[in-house]
Amino acid sequence: MSDARVVHRPIKHDSAEKHVSGQALYIDDIPEPVGLLHLHLGQSQRAHARIVSLDLTAVRAAPGVVDVICASDIPGINDVSPVAGDDPLFADGLVQYVGQALFAVAAETLDLARAAATLANVTYEDLPAVVTLADARAAGAVIEPAQTMRLGDADAAIAAAPHQLEGRLAIGGQDHFYLEGQIALATPREDGDVHVWSSTQHPTEIQHNVAKVLGLRGHAVTVEVRRMGGGFGGKESQPALFAAAAALIAVRTGRPAKLRLDRDDDMVMTGKRHDFETAWSVGFDDAGKLTGAAFDLASRCGYSADLSMAINDRAMFHSDNAYALPTARIVSHRFRTHTVSNTAFRGFGGPQGMLGIERALDAVALDLGLDPLDVRKANLYGLAGDLTPYGQRVEASPALALIEQLEASSDYRARRAAIAAWNAKNRWLKRGIALTPVKFGISFTATHLNQAAALIHVYTDGSILLNHGGTEMGQGLYVKVAQVVAEAFGVDLDRVRITATTTDKAPNTSATAASSGSDLNGMAALDAATQIKGRMAGVAAEVFGVPADQVVFADNTVHGGGQSMTFAELAKKTWFNRVSLSAAGFYRTPKIHYDRAAHQGRPFLYYAWGAAVSEVIIDTLTGENRCLRADILHDCGASLNPAIDLGQIEGGFVQGMGWLTTEELVFDDQGALKTHAPSTYKIPTASDRPGVMNIAFWDQPNAEPTIHRSKAVGEPPLMLAISVFSALTQAVAAAGDNRVMPDLDAPATPERVLMAVDDVRRRAGLSSELGA
Amino acid sequence: MRDAVRFVLDGEIRTLSDVDPTLTVLNLLRYDLRRTGTKEGCAEGDCGACTVALGELDGDTVKWRAVNACILFAPMLDGKALKTVESLGGDHPVQTAMVEHHGSQCGFCTPGIVMSLWARGRDDAPPPAIDSLAGNLCRCTGYGPILAAAEAAEPRDEADPVAALKTLAGDAPLALTHKERRWFAPRTLDDLANLFVAHPDAVILAGATDVGLWVTKQHRTLDTVIALGDVAELKMIGQTPAGLRIGAGVRYSDALSALAALHPDLGELVRRLGSVQVRNSGTIGGNIANGSPIGDMPPALIALGATLVLRSGGETRDLPLEDYFLAYGKQDRRPGEFVEAVVIPAPAADSLYRVFKLSKRFDQDISAISAGFALTIKDGRVENARIAFGGMAATPKRAGACEAALAGRPWSEATIAAAAAALEQDFEPIGDMRASAAYRMAAAKNLLRKLFVEAGGERATVLNAGPVDV
Repeated sequence: MSDARVVHRPIKHDSAEKHVSGQALYIDDIPEPVGLLHLHLGQSQRAHARIVSLDLTAVRAAPGVVDVICASDIPGINDVSPVAGDDPLFADGLVQYVGQALFAVAAETLDLARAAATLANVTYEDLPAVVTLADARAAGAVIEPAQTMRLGDADAAIAAAPHQLEGRLAIGGQDHFYLEGQIALATPREDGDVHVWSSTQHPTEIQHNVAKVLGLRGHAVTVEVRRMGGGFGGKESQPALFAAAAALIAVRTGRPAKLRLDRDDDMVMTGKRHDFETAWSVGFDDAGKLTGAAFDLASRCGYSADLSMAINDRAMFHSDNAYALPTARIVSHRFRTHTVSNTAFRGFGGPQGMLGIERALDAVALDLGLDPLDVRKANLYGLAGDLTPYGQRVEASPALALIEQLEASSDYRARRAAIAAWNAKNRWLKRGIALTPVKFGISFTATHLNQAAALIHVYTDGSILLNHGGTEMGQGLYVKVAQVVAEAFGVDLDRVRITATTTDKAPNTSATAASSGSDLNGMAALDAATQIKGRMAGVAAEVFGVPADQVVFADNTVHGGGQSMTFAELAKKTWFNRVSLSAAGFYRTPKIHYDRAAHQGRPFLYYAWGAAVSEVIIDTLTGENRCLRADILHDCGASLNPAIDLGQIEGGFVQGMGWLTTEELVFDDQGALKTHAPSTYKIPTASDRPGVMNIAFWDQPNAEPTIHRSKAVGEPPLMLAISVFSALTQAVAAAGDNRVMPDLDAPATPERVLMAVDDVRRRAGLSSELGA
Repeated sequence: MRDAVRFVLDGEIRTLSDVDPTLTVLNLLRYDLRRTGTKEGCAEGDCGACTVALGELDGDTVKWRAVNACILFAPMLDGKALKTVESLGGDHPVQTAMVEHHGSQCGFCTPGIVMSLWARGRDDAPPPAIDSLAGNLCRCTGYGPILAAAEAAEPRDEADPVAALKTLAGDAPLALTHKERRWFAPRTLDDLANLFVAHPDAVILAGATDVGLWVTKQHRTLDTVIALGDVAELKMIGQTPAGLRIGAGVRYSDALSALAALHPDLGELVRRLGSVQVRNSGTIGGNIANGSPIGDMPPALIALGATLVLRSGGETRDLPLEDYFLAYGKQDRRPGEFVEAVVIPAPAADSLYRVFKLSKRFDQDISAISAGFALTIKDGRVENARIAFGGMAATPKRAGACEAALAGRPWSEATIAAAAAALEQDFEPIGDMRASAAYRMAAAKNLLRKLFVEAGGERATVLNAGPVDV
């Protein structure tokens, strides 16, 4: 691998120059076609109600209105769900969340469409609304029955342990806040067909949903996306509604139709990261080694299933994080509420799952008076065992070595001691430091999704056109796959043209999700390239008079038997010899299987590892807090592109930090989201980034034969930010002289930190008053 | 009078005839001029994806400022130069630095970041890059590569459209009519006063950082707008016997140094108020005039005993700032009357003056609570106290019971405890998406404690903290 020319290099994003010059086209930047109609959606004002009447007469009569559609106008099936069939495009007699789409109005301008929508006359008959997790528990409202994963008899092991602790933790949700909101642009074609530009991570699913709603077959619908202005999971299942509405208007009117949500509508109408409540209980010995752990996970799924089953499964899969549990019982409740249906978000339940055990280990350490790092180390996979609660073996865990390298490079022990001394001298400000690991399972846990398709054409001038089913949302997938192809053909990267993802080139694809983009599409593209290269090598072998396996592709040239010709010359010769220069590639992930009924199997091909040390400071008078320094060591295998991967690590960490600190979703009693714009929903700004950030790669090739032995990197780094939350917990504990375990929920806003500080002081018998 | 907007774009004078007066510059660029590099991320001036630069003549040079195009109305371009990401050509040092440092991922925020960095490069004394970028949200990168690019980008010589702007300076005042909706941009205070008497239902518009959202968020139609951005007299900052007089048209960025000179806490408050883009548009006069219960400035100014100068026609009257706020959404402003200036007395030399702001996020966040304290302490006793809070009531409001609990008492922990308890008589805060009622009350009390602790010299803020030394 050391002789690689293109892969493993820190190559810039393929669109970087276009990004900085404003020339990168997002869907709303595409020149608007003649006759374009603009859509606006009428939304439910109620969380749960029967629609007694939906009178759209005035909407239809409003200036500039061309078409108005509601549930009864749907020619196919009124459903835009990914799996379960329970997400109507338009509410049909029943609304189930504030913001649910009731109808769409298409007008000559967006302003006219929006103004017309306000004229709808909707009569509701309110029904009891289940808004909070507590409401749903009380009502027993669930998406599916609770799931249980067991390893041994955890309850008995906990009861028999020298020590026991239990606790609970509330974990907030998170809005994706991709900078580009949801958008679709649909154009009618011949024969009732339709083409849709959709800002989506999952063109195939959009294709299926558009076809389902319109009553068309798959071949009649083409979905295309060149790039998204961010996705983070929020454009996996969510874009279907908007694409289907635009497509339906386009086909009905024969005019192109665009539906672009503004920020408020986007935040109100689309699903978010699930909020959780986790109850944990552990048994442990004097060294903090766990004998058993039990987790009771509860999540708010919203009104429909969406991807909640798999998301909550992944929370269960990651309840162990990097720790070998001798016994475990993990129960997962998937509650149904009358709020927007929560969905995929970077980590896909994993982050919420990990937080429970990290909190538990912090509590164990405080209880025993140990450094939490020592407690964590004592429980790591590799040292403490290798069997996960779902039956997969963790092979060759690098956890201890990785952590010890970071422990040394971050000067963790000395800083922890210095912080303790500093805290002893400072009454009002307290610091905390924490090292937490990440072990994240790579593969879709629904095994059938682990497949990919690619299409490569080599033209007779030696230029290469690359297409695959993966989508570009900023994560650098396109350039990584192009690197793989350029490497395979031994040509410069600029020979490879990257083209928009479209369902008519790469069909039946999976979402670009689960961090799997480069693993799957890189392999599919390599398969296509290898096929073409093999044929070209055959042609070259004839010319050079050598066996095909002695033909070498390098430096835009093909060599063999002391002879050479340019890659372009060989391409032309191949064509001249009537040999195909085009191939479709395919990949399926090996080794994986999973029995969901038993929650046993090998759901993951491998794990991505990492660890972070974060230092924070809190103000015990106001709860204000900052992360001051973060040191990260992360495992990307043999990175396909270290520059791109570094960006994923840092960006994921800061996004995770936002989730756990400043980003707070507030719903009112009636189920309406009150934080639906950046004025009220606060993602990190530049000054929130820790002033000191040291990021390094754990530079070991993947033991599994992934694409150039790299590892997936999209999601895992987000969970490195758990170190920030753990450090904040340490700082709050310090405010109570480390006598009691803080009851700090996420996100750790100034309010939650202040309330937790006051609480630990009260429980520790300390006064918050001046002079105490 | 003139009924077409004239502005400079890439060196050329552009004319907008029969323009909708509340068309945003963002939509003008994207849908009329087909310059789609400038993006809409939020349409409320909070994300910065729409950042462009506005140039104004400053003698024989051009002063450029980053602003949010999404809440800037097209007539506000009049007489100015506009620069967008397309203007930079693609090979500007800011752009190449962003590429070299991998400063873009999804790229959607990038044009706005490029423009903020470009404007920063034109600033004689640029603030730290994290302050320059506080108004540009990026969801992908974690900001590190962008901050690296900010440090790396070297300035380059730029050709400024001085001659074109001088040409526009000779234009008559703007008075647009479009489908019976009007926009006036008077140049003199008298003209402004007369126009407002003639159109008492008009919306007075300064920087549009609040009124802009009436259009982009509430989708309101504004029939008559009187913009005061061209009134030179309202842009004056000066010393008067009563204190620093800041005209209602003075933008935050122009008031920053004068306020910081009054007291460092005022400078810090302005640094954290909105973002560069917001401060380059928004005015202190507007922040006061709109009567928000959570405006950042009023508590700080009320504590100092600031007065408002209100004008109606040819008459002016002075009003203590705290008396201006009558009730939620209601101010003591008569029809045809507008805020002309605010006069801010300097903190007394021997006084203890402090300003605090609490919000979920440090930068560019609306305060959950803001507080201003002005205490005179002599010989260990509090002689008098002026204390005001924002976010604790329906208006910015003085804490009378708290002040009374301090006045005449020893400057001691016991007095502070009693004064903190008195806040419960002053306020019954509500809970909302920014903070609960309980937090507001607890934190307000603690701010009093913080005042005491920090007056004793003990540093107690996380804001400038660095990692621990080992």
